[in-house]
Amino acid sequence: MSIPRFWRHNKSRYNLIGTRCVKCDETYFPPRKLCPKCRRKGELEDVNLKRTGEIVTFTVIRNPSEGWGNTDPYIMAIVKLDDGPSLTTQIVDCELDGIEIGQRVTKVFRKIQEDGDSGLIHYGFKFKPLD
Amino acid sequence: MNNGIVGYGVYVPSYRIKTSEIARVWKKEGADIENNLRIFEKAVPDYDEDTVTMAVEAARRSLDMAGIDSKKIGAIYVGSESHPYTVKPTATIVAEAIETSVEITAADFEFACKAGTAAIQSCMGMVSSEMIGYGLAIGSDTAQGAPGDPLEYSAASGAVAYIIGKRNCLASFEEYYSFTTDTPDFWRREGQSYPSHGGRFTGLPAYYKHVYNASMGLMHKCGLNPEDFDYAVFHQPNGKYPLGVAKMLGFKKKQIKDGILVDRVGNLYSGSSLLGLARILDIANPGEKILMTSFGSGAGSDSFSITVEDNILETRGRTPKVEDIIKNGKYVDYATYARMKKKIKV
Amino acid sequence: MKVAVLGIGITKFGEQWESSFSNIFVEAGSKAIQDANIDGKDIEAIYVGTMSAGRFIDQEHINALIADQAGLNSIPSTRVEAACASGGLALRQSIMAIESGMHDVVVTGGVEKMTDTTMSKTTRTLVTAADQEWEAFLGMTFPGLYAMIARRHMHEFGTTREQLAMVSVKNHRNAKNNPFAQFNMEITVDDVLNSPKVADPLTLLDCSPITDGSACIVLASEEKAKEFTDSPIYVTGSGQASSTLSLHDREQITVIDSTCNASKEAYRRANITASDVQIADVHDAFTIGEILAIEGLGFVKKGEGGKATEDGVTDKGGRIPVNTSGGLKAKGHPVGATGIAQAVEIVSQLRGDAGKRQVNADIGLTHNVGGSGGTSIVHIFEK
Repeated sequence: MSIPRFWRHNKSRYNLIGTRCVKCDETYFPPRKLCPKCRRKGELEDVNLKRTGEIVTFTVIRNPSEGWGNTDPYIMAIVKLDDGPSLTTQIVDCELDGIEIGQRVTKVFRKIQEDGDSGLIHYGFKFKPLD
Repeated sequence: MNNGIVGYGVYVPSYRIKTSEIARVWKKEGADIENNLRIFEKAVPDYDEDTVTMAVEAARRSLDMAGIDSKKIGAIYVGSESHPYTVKPTATIVAEAIETSVEITAADFEFACKAGTAAIQSCMGMVSSEMIGYGLAIGSDTAQGAPGDPLEYSAASGAVAYIIGKRNCLASFEEYYSFTTDTPDFWRREGQSYPSHGGRFTGLPAYYKHVYNASMGLMHKCGLNPEDFDYAVFHQPNGKYPLGVAKMLGFKKKQIKDGILVDRVGNLYSGSSLLGLARILDIANPGEKILMTSFGSGAGSDSFSITVEDNILETRGRTPKVEDIIKNGKYVDYATYARMKKKIKV
Repeated sequence: MKVAVLGIGITKFGEQWESSFSNIFVEAGSKAIQDANIDGKDIEAIYVGTMSAGRFIDQEHINALIADQAGLNSIPSTRVEAACASGGLALRQSIMAIESGMHDVVVTGGVEKMTDTTMSKTTRTLVTAADQEWEAFLGMTFPGLYAMIARRHMHEFGTTREQLAMVSVKNHRNAKNNPFAQFNMEITVDDVLNSPKVADPLTLLDCSPITDGSACIVLASEEKAKEFTDSPIYVTGSGQASSTLSLHDREQITVIDSTCNASKEAYRRANITASDVQIADVHDAFTIGEILAIEGLGFVKKGEGGKATEDGVTDKGGRIPVNTSGGLKAKGHPVGATGIAQAVEIVSQLRGDAGKRQVNADIGLTHNVGGSGGTSIVHIFEK
């Protein structure tokens, strides 16, 4: 994986930094350069999003892509953050049959991928169930 | 000294493996090993956890307890013997992940299991001399023991972070004393997956000699005796050594029992004595005195005299206590453990 | 609008170890040109859809490769990509070229060679239809996306696991009568439920396979077509719409809004409504895909796709036969070829050439989706 491409998004992946449009107050994650609602009339600024949310839907991945082998099966979900935007994420610290739609979850900091034994380690957000 | 601890944070992974399960695989008597080491289970990191991820979680908790803006941190030092990179510091990733300012100094430390206390000492110096306002010192490890080696029963994972500052300390440092020699009790060469050690040589000439001398040196410097301390916490490579050295020094069981956690989570390496200290700080009262002595192979010990301040009553309860963090571990079998710790080379 | 279909051609879908990327599209193209009864010199332009020759076989500049291998050098050749909707997009582009008056006779093909690389690389390539940085990189796979849609659909509407499986059962039954289909064995609901799990709740038999294949269609303007045939099938409607790339940004997880919007445009251009459609080949990359399709296209009410499948509404003998070809599931899904292969089936049906798959229909529809719904393309065909 390309070094600059993933480094560029470190702060968003580490700290859930999204963007908010000051004109229409819409919040986006992942961050955007252009507000889809206001387009050129919009103005986006960085915003730290709350680290909790709830599960909208989920699945258990059993045939992972290259780069994810040896850690399957794992849970992937769409989480709607309390601040509004939804994101795709792995759910950890949880049995494979241990979550349901509507479950409250909170962000943790974990390894996402490694570029093999000699490449970079990429870190970022995952979520775990909130007791 | 005019500095102390303004916040601390602990992270221990939620998986556990029992001593008896490891023994089962290597066809040893679990009960004998438990008796010998006084370790019953240890903490195991998930596939996606490492020294960095645990350091970040511990650091966040220490900030939550301290109640300070991460932008005020002037230095980050992470001590570990399992940094994921040999070249590229853990400390900068932690800095980004806790959103410090870019105007910080950062570095990784290595001194086997005492890298964390070495990091604390550096922060103490920088804070005292007013080079920085707050320093973040972390001991974090995902320790590895070779399959079938005695170290496999104790090598565990976890991270403990301390923020050092001048104001609003929940505990202050009175004195420190370090004792360092070139003693080859335990080492790992570049490129090797697992460490090597000197067996019984790791006892008297290494652990005991350094912990004893550092602790005695500290007490002498302070003009104090064991009975002047309410608590004592030592590095815990197993459940026997800290009891042994406590006895040598003249500490009573009741002074050390609250700082012993190795029986339940294993040896956290750079986080070992720091974890014991955190547990004591969770329960200690203002005015009480704590002696902490770490030990790192190679070899050296850092000893500290710490006084609990009134402010601890303000900060207590802001973050989960050690007992709450380490309870409810999820057990795995050896096969899962080997897979999680990448002991199976493909 | 009225664009004439002069000819169609398709290869056998499956693991074509002996055939290369070039071999398979030459085969489909030759068949289509033969069927159209035209000469090479009549062809004015080529459009081709292929998702990822760059990743599957390390080959870009596909448009030039195809013109070259087809012996049609010098005419304009264009390759388009919209993930799994690449074929449908090529069809739309060629229709636009003819409707605009730019060209009178166009050859349009779709092709994908997926078996020249390893399984994990193929899985990795297929997920490039999703957001790389915010879906794939974080652990998502392509089946995982549709599995999440299925889970939510089951949660919101009570769609059952069995109903999903029935899509696959029906399509396998249909494919038995398709000599070009990858699979020709019938399966049961239990077979689907007990097949290996891929991404819960979807199992292997909920998912379309890895396939090599190509399909081709020759189109002409209504006027020009008269030189070659008396009674062509016509494309009378075309619709295309986009939606968010990522599933997590979608307004509603259980609605592929690009399908709704594309079908609205197609129906408007053809001057028909959903209830006028008598046969359809839709995008069932996963069983849930067909359920979403029949809801989004307006054949059944939102949320009732599962029940409709169970009730036989989309069977060959039902109110609106869907995927008589076997669909992507049983016919196969050579990604870029699918959009054209669907057109080949509907044209065969309207011509009365569908053999044992034959349904009595005058108006047919094709529906092609890219990724988890970022692109949808709908076409209407009529006698």
